[in-house]
Amino acid sequence: MHVVTFTRSTPDTAAKVWVNDDGEVTWGDVGTVVNPWDEYSLEETIVQAGHGGGESTVIAIGSELHNDALKHSLAMGIQKALRVDEAGADMNDSLVWSALAAGAIRKLNDVDLVIFGKESVDVATDQHTYQLARSLGWTMLSYVSQIMEANYTAGTIQVERMLERGKQIVSGRLPAVISVLKGINEPRYPNFLGIRKAAKAQIPVWSAADLGIDLPTAATSALRYFNPPQREAATEMITGDTVKAKADTLIDRLFAEKVL
Amino acid sequence: MSVFVWIETFGGAAESSSWEALGAAQSLADALGTDTTAIVFGEKSAAIAADAGKFGVASAIICNADEMREYRLETYAALLGNLVDQHKPAAVVAVATSRGRELLASAAADNKSGLIAEVIDLRVEDGSLVGTRPAYAGKVLMEMTSRTVTTFLTVRGRAFPPPPVNAAVKPSVTQVSPATIATELETQIDELVAELGAVNLSDAAIIVSGGRGMANNPAAAPAGLKGEEANIWKAKEGFAKTLQPLADVLGAAIGASRAAVDAGYIPYEHQVGQTGKVVTPDLYVACGISGAIQHQAGMRGSKIIVAINKDAEAPIFKLARYGIVGDLYDVVPALTDALRARLS
Repeated sequence: MHVVTFTRSTPDTAAKVWVNDDGEVTWGDVGTVVNPWDEYSLEETIVQAGHGGGESTVIAIGSELHNDALKHSLAMGIQKALRVDEAGADMNDSLVWSALAAGAIRKLNDVDLVIFGKESVDVATDQHTYQLARSLGWTMLSYVSQIMEANYTAGTIQVERMLERGKQIVSGRLPAVISVLKGINEPRYPNFLGIRKAAKAQIPVWSAADLGIDLPTAATSALRYFNPPQREAATEMITGDTVKAKADTLIDRLFAEKVL
Repeated sequence: MSVFVWIETFGGAAESSSWEALGAAQSLADALGTDTTAIVFGEKSAAIAADAGKFGVASAIICNADEMREYRLETYAALLGNLVDQHKPAAVVAVATSRGRELLASAAADNKSGLIAEVIDLRVEDGSLVGTRPAYAGKVLMEMTSRTVTTFLTVRGRAFPPPPVNAAVKPSVTQVSPATIATELETQIDELVAELGAVNLSDAAIIVSGGRGMANNPAAAPAGLKGEEANIWKAKEGFAKTLQPLADVLGAAIGASRAAVDAGYIPYEHQVGQTGKVVTPDLYVACGISGAIQHQAGMRGSKIIVAINKDAEAPIFKLARYGIVGDLYDVVPALTDALRARLS
């Protein structure tokens, strides 16, 4: 059996990200980390591949920027990494992204389960997850908080999903695409041996031609990036002789702001 | 060429946030010179379509067949995809809830149409739809356009107002059949555990949040709890006995910082920030939260931010409209008492 996960490099969680005068998104000299949600999907991929006695593969779709996330994945213990890149392809468009991802899964040809983190913080969406499942025609189970049972011989999976209105236990057929939430596991830290192995790894790069697919036309395009309006800098520090006086003043202000 | 709006339902009633999607759909329809069509699947869909009429929906397409009774991605996406293929609406709008996100993305993939997700602002420029949406966890914004016949749009909760209730329009209702065969479905819902007081931060008008400072509770931990265990006990006690009463008086939801969640003070469902929920309440009260960049990404869209923190240098004060420097365990109870007195 074979479990695949997708990842990307995103700016460090603590980094300030802004749009510079040329309209480009930048985070200065700060490095990238593996997309924070992917810590959980990487861990779950290692666990599930271990349970099933099978293989694990991590894939990134896009530029060399994502090699760092792939190396981090290998250092954690994912067995193989590969990158799909295609010059001129608009990776911001989720239909283009999912066509390349589906091409890679089809080329691997023996995949039982694809595990995603909840979303990617850079593109700030999870649409590519569902669109990959759709283009493969596979079962989609999102917002998974626990895998209750995965039977790779029988081709079934049962999961717990966490939704706005509560939790749901759902069974489905494999192959499947799932997205997992924080809390499903405790992601491991890469150990020294893992880091050394990952540093030496050669990561193959597949193009659309390697996948044997015709790239679809992008349905969407990003027009421009810009900085959110500055929040009013005026902070009023509430003072008073007693805590009660401060509380009363604050409440007066909140009534005046009409938020109470 | 109408604008479709998916009315999300639960237990035979419309989710109130769906009317926000309708508000966005109507402003879009006005700009395009067309009208709106409500898409309602499931239990009591005819009654819900009639409700949509109160907000001025011109027509509705409903399906209340047995297999559509409860929301399922496979059945709903297949039918929505078919309807879009058949009617070629200019747009399909839904709120970016867990269901709205997966449903629209799936139907958009089936129809090879553009999807702009988590839209906070929307306009029509030279006949094309342009959506403004967050990127990089909300640290920057982007404008995105779609060039397909139909554009799918998920709108962020609380970003668009619901339309005013007009003189009731009676929408023309079309009943359709499911697009899937019940016995061929790939998934089966085995059990549904509805959570009491489920945390719905995305809809909340007021949020009271706690951070690492919750562990500074003066209440003594039970004998035998040492170090971090004692801190966890103190923080949990603080969320239950100090923050919850304030939230109750305000009718607020309880949020938390990643530091508080990772330390085990409160379950993950409450986390606000880059790897938690992005929230936009009218009032956000941050208690004992320093305001790390990843937390700010989740709450900077709040209308009014109040910060209560012992450390006058905490970055959260730079973002706050009002700040109180002090121990949350002094300030929050005083605030709760004063509010009770004021609101009674």
